[in-house]
Formats: sequence, structure tokens, C-alpha cells
Amino acid sequence: MFEFFKGFGVTFSTMFKKVVTEEYPEDFPPAAPRYHGRHQLNRHPDGLEKCVGCELCAWACPADAIYVEGGDNTEEQRFSPGERYGAIYQINYLRCIGCGLCIEACPTRSLTMTNFYEMADDNRQDLIYTKEQLLAPLLPGMEQPPHPMRLGRDEQDYYVQGPTLAARAAAGEPGTENDPVGEQVR
Amino acid sequence: MTIAPEEKKAPVAEGYVRLTIDGIEIDAPKGEILIRTCERLGIIVPRFCDHPLLEPAGACRQCLVEVEMGGRPMPKPQASCTMTVADGMVVKTQHTSAVADKAQQGVMELLLINHPLDCPICDKGGECPLQNQAMSSGRTDSRFVETKRTFPKPLPISSQVLLDRERCVLCQRCTRFSEEIAGDPFIDLLERGANQQIGTAADKPFQSYFSGNTIQICPVGALTSAAYRFRSRPFDLVSTPSVCEHCSSGCAQRTDSRRGSVMRKLAGNDPEVNEEWTCDKGRFAFRYLQSKGRITRPMIREANGELVETSWTEALRVAADGLLAARGHHGIGVLTGGRLTVEDAYSYAKFARIAARTNDIDFRARPQSAEELEFLAAHAVGTTPDTGVTFTAVEAAPAVLTVALDPEDEAGIVFLRLRKAVRKHGQRVFQLGQWTTEGTRKTEATLVRAVPGAEAAVLNELTAASGSPDSGELVGALSGPGSVILVGDRAAEVPGLYSAVTALATRTGAAVAWIPRRAGDRGALDAGAVPTLLPGGRPVSDAAVRAEVAKAWGVDQLPATPGRSTDEILGAVARGELSGLVVGGVDPDDLTDPALARTALREVGFLVSLEMHHSGVTELADVVLPVAPDAQRAGSYLNWEGRLREFGPSLDASGVLPDCRVLDTLAVEMDADLFTQTPAAAMGDLQRLGAHAHATPAGPTVPAGATPCPAEYGQAVLATWRQLIDDGSLSVDEPALAGTARPARIRVNPATADRLGLTEGAEASVATDRGAITLPVELNDLPDGVVWLPANSPGSAVRATLGAGHGSLVRVSAGAGAGLGAGHGGAA
Repeated sequence: MFEFFKGFGVTFSTMFKKVVTEEYPEDFPPAAPRYHGRHQLNRHPDGLEKCVGCELCAWACPADAIYVEGGDNTEEQRFSPGERYGAIYQINYLRCIGCGLCIEACPTRSLTMTNFYEMADDNRQDLIYTKEQLLAPLLPGMEQPPHPMRLGRDEQDYYVQGPTLAARAAAGEPGTENDPVGEQVR
Repeated sequence: MTIAPEEKKAPVAEGYVRLTIDGIEIDAPKGEILIRTCERLGIIVPRFCDHPLLEPAGACRQCLVEVEMGGRPMPKPQASCTMTVADGMVVKTQHTSAVADKAQQGVMELLLINHPLDCPICDKGGECPLQNQAMSSGRTDSRFVETKRTFPKPLPISSQVLLDRERCVLCQRCTRFSEEIAGDPFIDLLERGANQQIGTAADKPFQSYFSGNTIQICPVGALTSAAYRFRSRPFDLVSTPSVCEHCSSGCAQRTDSRRGSVMRKLAGNDPEVNEEWTCDKGRFAFRYLQSKGRITRPMIREANGELVETSWTEALRVAADGLLAARGHHGIGVLTGGRLTVEDAYSYAKFARIAARTNDIDFRARPQSAEELEFLAAHAVGTTPDTGVTFTAVEAAPAVLTVALDPEDEAGIVFLRLRKAVRKHGQRVFQLGQWTTEGTRKTEATLVRAVPGAEAAVLNELTAASGSPDSGELVGALSGPGSVILVGDRAAEVPGLYSAVTALATRTGAAVAWIPRRAGDRGALDAGAVPTLLPGGRPVSDAAVRAEVAKAWGVDQLPATPGRSTDEILGAVARGELSGLVVGGVDPDDLTDPALARTALREVGFLVSLEMHHSGVTELADVVLPVAPDAQRAGSYLNWEGRLREFGPSLDASGVLPDCRVLDTLAVEMDADLFTQTPAAAMGDLQRLGAHAHATPAGPTVPAGATPCPAEYGQAVLATWRQLIDDGSLSVDEPALAGTARPARIRVNPATADRLGLTEGAEASVATDRGAITLPVELNDLPDGVVWLPANSPGSAVRATLGAGHGSLVRVSAGAGAGLGAGHGGAA
């Protein structure tokens, strides 16, 4: 007959514990830092895109969720440092399984995953995210492409020491466009 | 105890040697290179510079293997792509020898020292021999930590080919191709040692009709195509085998498409036809598929004169009603052009005979003659690779004479074969022409010069005994067994030329082959799209043959009156003797007199046009029916050898219909059954008709025409033909390809230039009463009083502007001359 009190005891003790229920959507708790959420196409510190349209992410994708078409940068229309940029970039979130193989495949660290997870919708069309939706927002100091390379003469400068050059450019140091150190690192 | 009997070794056959590769004994023909013997065993040795159609170079050193001769190992690993097999040789490849494996890894490390990490942005990525072999026979890491050599990139060596010198491994495939195969050595090795690089001469542009092949054979991404730059990756592409639609060679190709549009075309491997090459036009000219001018919906002309889109049923009803009325009035003519497949041409031929009830059908959308039909009946109809001249026969021939044909401009693959034969076994090439073209030079051809219009007379004068030493030599060479005379379809512009060729062939015993310019011409001839011939070369004039075909087609009788040629049909229309026309694939500007043709098309009572693109015909047509391009249909061409070149659809073919299907439905509306609903059905129907066994008719015997002669100061005789890359209607929307075209020039010889006051490089104009063409002058070795123009290049649309052709008299003057109404002369 003590079983009866034992059962109520559990209930009673739980009343004083912290609840695990989350008040979603009123409360919006962040996912774990390394959660595989929505993708993001990153930018160089001056706003140029890191994506070179190489399609390695599409190649790696086991669900065939990514579609990429490369494009040719010209001096007038430059979207990324170097010769090539991603002209069309689409991720189909109806297909994406969040495995993250695309992230591993990306040679320029252009594609990463955020921990944003609210990606439900009531139609299929809107779940195909295009490049405009996936590109990282412009931070202060960034400029909307197309624009010329601001941090160096070629893509090597960006890859080898982009953040350093950006910091120096921000500090207004002269000679950022053409420094001998960068040459040596290369 | 039993002892197994010792196995008796078969003796080595004559001309063979026996060697051991990786422990496997194999017999190889003497002179074979080691890497090829390995291939036959299924042992793949990594390589970059080796290519079966190029001479060995030993440039990349990737194919090192360990070789033992006569029991003594060679001191160092040997390049298997340059070493020939020898008796008793023992070879160990990377599979069995640690030495060879280490040597290959070392070479790969060396090649990768200056190779940039471009794979993500490189077009070759995913189909790159360097990538693959770096994985299979390279080290996992590099010990090289110093600065890589860099070059500015990409370097455009033509508007079509981009060079990235950082990626180059100096295998010299491109330079060897240019020098050995194409004969355009504008690309070569420059500098020495670590600075060695591929480059072009600063003052000479890389200009070649075959430059695309260097892109295809480049084993790294050093040569890339401007048109295909960054368009897709190999895993995106759906590849289908296809056949080139641009000329009568019928190259095997591979069409790569992505998401319903063609991304690129590659040369297919067909040793009998194009080997592994194709010309730039065939490789790069495919954007017409997506051009803005494509017609996708049927259209009918309303009462107010506007073409409006409508449904298929409506368009076919209107077309059938109009054609039935025209047939009941004066009759219908059928004109077809060179883009037709065999199946389509057969459908047009059957449509003309059964639905239009006429023999007035002609595929020759260009100047033509009755003599030509006689010649074709004698030498071209019904020949097959088994009975007629083939590419292989052309290559093996001791001597070849080309008549009314500049092989490089008009049949690129024939040119490559001629050049190969000249290099390999010293073939003698003779070219009956006006001047020493690039192609003449590259085939080391002997030019037999003739004033345009006088070619027939020149041929007739060629006898072993007569005239110049050249003439005796030519006749002597052509008398050798296996010699060939190649005739282009331009011969129709010179009266008596086909007859002269026939006579020369009889005199010398040389075989004759007819090489038309366009892909569909030979098929149209054999399928009966000809006024005097039914399918299979059956003569219309023979009642028994007509009855046989009528029985096969399930009709009571076929029209008995022999038909009229293209010019005669258009003339009859202009005189009001025909009241309807069905036109497919004809550009009025190709015809003998474009102005007359346009008048006829405008005046004709009822005009039905089956076309892919808006054209000079569709803008005058009463009903326009869209048809499918090759990429969206199955079908086949007959190439000039008579070889059937079948192809399937490369792209999604829903919603578009081939000509044969459209004609079949149109005929049903007119109460006639063609049974050509699909290309397969049309081909089946044609094949059931079978070949026509008959005695070959004798060739034509038309006397040579009078030699045109400039009558007054300022006049010249016009010579003209089309350059390979020009303003052709299937070359639209290809700026990169157009950039590699040879510049349009007026060509005269120095004496004529002196007399007429022309200076090299300065502008001059060629004029008739119709108009004038103004271009810079270039001096060449033409006969005196002859001027040459490209027939359809930018700024030089000869027939459209001048209304003149090969052998016409034109006025030539320095500067930008006024053409219209100034003086006389005009088309002869």
C-alpha cells in the first residue's frame, strides 16, 4: 500500500524541478552551436563572394539538393576574387538532409551552416533557396558586389591573408593593395 | 609417376616479336610502342603526351617502366611511349616493379611542382587525366614548399581557345596536333628550362579551323574553350553520341547537354570517318538551337498579312486546303535544302509524288544544272562505302585531284585525310582552283590554275602527251591504281565541268567521288528529292520503274513528266505556271538569283514553309510549320561516301516534330498516306523499296563553256566559294567561333592590282548592277583578271549583294565604290 505514496512522491518532487518544456515559438532558444541548420554563403571582408562556383558541394551532396552554375568574372562585373564565381546557386531544402558533406567539400570555406532551423513552409517552390537568400548579410565595411578587388591584386591575397589585409585597410594603412609580405607568403 | 608434357610454345609469327610484360608473354608487331602493347594487355601505364594519332614525343616522362633486354636490366626506367618492342624484352610496369612505381611518383611530383591548385575553378576538373593520375600514381603530399611559378592567365590565343600556362605540363600534344594534323603551327614551345611555356607568335594569330581539337586532347586544363568556360562539370552532363550536321563528312560526335540545352560537342572516335577529330564549326556551332529566331509554334498568315501563332490542327488544315487548291489550279513545287536527314528527304520526295502529284522537287538550293543530274546518276547515286570512294580510299590513293572543292574550307575532314596521306606516304594532291590557299599549301598540292568558268576546258586539255609538264604529271599520277578525283558541288556553276571530270576519269581510270557542301545533300539525292530520280536512283522516265515504286507506295500511278530543277520551278512560279510551293530548309540567298527567288516566293499563290528559324522564306510564307533540330530528333545522314550516319535525340524531344512527321500529317490532311510518321518508319519504308539494280548510265557530255573574258577596263572574272566559318545560318549566336573566321578579303594577283590601281591592305570594291562589296585587298597568285571573294562571309554575301557567282563578270575598283546603277557589266 506504500506504492501509492511512492507514485505521488514522484509527482510531488517533479513540481520543484526545472521544466524541460520549451515555450516555442514565443521563446526562441538557439540550437547547439554546431547544429546543421540553414546554409550560408560567406563573403570576403570587402564583401566579395567566397563562392567560386566549382560545384564541389553539388558533387558531394548525397541528396542532389544543390544546383550550381559557374560564371566568368570580368573586370567590369566582379563578384569574387579570381576568374570564376557562382552565377546560380540553389539549395533545395526539400531534399537537403543536413549531412554537411557540402561544407566539407567546399574548397574556399564559402559554404557553411548556420544554426537557423525554422525552414518550414506551405509550398515547395519557396523551399528552393536561391543565392540571394543564402548569401551572408553585408557587415559594416562590406560592399555589395559587383565591385573590384579591394584587398589585394589577386585571389591569393584574399585566401592567404584576407582578414589581416581587411584589418589594415580598415585602419587606413597605406600600401594594403600592394605589399611585399604577401608576395613572400605566396 | 606421371609427368605433365611440356607445353610447346607456338612460334612467333613473321613480323612479330615476343616479349614479357608484368610476367605475361605477348606477341607484338614489330615497331609497336611499348605503351600500346601494354594497353592491349589491359595494363594501363599513366601518360600525358602519348596520343595514338600523334607521333611519339616522350615529353612528359610519366610512362616510365622498367625494361630488361637480353637478361640485362636497363640502368634507368624507360619511357614506354617512345620505346618500341623487341624480342625477349622483359617489361615491368608500376604494377610489378617498385622502381617503376617510384619513378612515376617522382615524375608526377615534378609535374605538380608548378601546377596551381586550380581544380575547383578549372573546366577540366572531374575529367582531368592529371587529377586522375595524380591519384593513381602520385605521392600523397609534395615536398615542394617554395614559390610556384606564375603567369598571367588566362591568355586568349584566339577568341575560341584560352591558354593557362600555369596548368600546362608541356606534353606538346597541342603543338604536335597543330603541326602534324592540322598544319597550322601557330602554337609552339617558347623559352627554355624552367621558363619553358606554350605560346603564340605575337604577330601571327592562332588561326585554325581545327583548334578545338587541341582543347579536347589537352590532358590538363591548360587549353580551355571560351564558349564552354565555367558552364558545367562532367557529372552534370548527359552525353549522347551524335552526328555533325554541318557538312557532308558526317563526323561522329558526342553531344553533352545539361538541363535541356547543349553545353558542348566533342569529336567522337570513328576511325573510318573522322578518326578523333572534328572541325571548329562542327564542334562549336550549336547555339542555333537556343537562338531567338527559333520557331516553336505553327503560324498562319491572317488576312491583314500578319503571321500569327495557331494550333497544329488549324495550321495543318489551312496548309492542306491551300495546297489542294493550288494543286487543282496549276500545281505545286517542292524545294528542299541541305539540312534534311535521309528520312526527311524521303518524306519530301514521297510527298511530292503522292500528295503534290508532281516530280517538281529539287534539293539543290544553290546553282544547279541538268548536266549535274546526269553526273550524279552516273557517279554518286547509290554508292556505298563498299562500292565507292571512302575516306580510307582517299587516304590510300597515290594521287588525288580536287575539282571545284577547296577541301579545307568545304570538307575539313577530307582535308585532314589528304594532309595525313601527304605526310605518311607522299600522296600527290592536285587542286583545280584559282589560287594557292592555306589548304593547298598544307597539303603540298600542285595548283592547276584556271580562270573561273574555264575549268572544264583546262581539264579537257589535260592529256598525258599534251602541254605543260604539270599536265603530263597529273594525268600520269591519276592513272595510278586507286587514284581519286573529288568533285565539289560548285562544279554545277561551270558548264561542262562535270562532263570534263567524267571524261578525265575515263581517260585515267581514276575513281570519282562527289562531295557536296551540306550534310543532307547526298541523302536527298539517294532518297529521290530530285526532279529526274525516284528513291534509290530510279529514273522517273522509266515506266516500269514508276510502276514498281507506285506498287510499293500503294498508289495507282506516279506522275510521269520529269520534274523541273530549283531554278526552273522558281521561274515557273514567277511566270504563274505553278500556284503552290512547299519549302524546307532553303535560304533564298543561296539560290542562283536571290532577287528572282524572293519575287517568286512573294508571288506564289500559296507558300508552306517547314523551318527551324525565321528566314527569308518564313517571312513570305502563308503557313509556317516548325520542325525539330537534330538535337531533338532521331534520324540519319548519308555522308559523301554514302555511309549511313545514324543519330538519336540528344535533348528532350517532346513538343517538336521532325519534317517527316509534319509532312506525313499534312499529306493525310490532303488524303494521301506517306507512312513516314517517325524517322524509323520513314527509313523502314525507304529500305523496303530496296536498292535499284541497273546499269550505270554514262556520264554527261556537255561541251566546255566559253571562257569568260573581261571585256573592258575595270572588269574581272569573279571566283568565289564559302569559307568554313562564315555567316552560315547554323553558325548564328557564336561570337567566339566567328572570331576565328578567316578575315574576308578581296584577292587579286599583283599584275591585276597594278592595272586596276589596287593596293594591298587598302579597300577596294567589287560591284555589279545589283550592288557592291567593299573589303581590303590581299594579293595572291590568281590568274590575271580574276578576283576572288568569300561567298558568305561578314561583309561579303556575294549572291545576295551582287547577284553574281563563280565565273561572272564584275567591276573592280579601288576605294569604296558605288555599285548601284554605275555603268554596266553585271551578272553573266
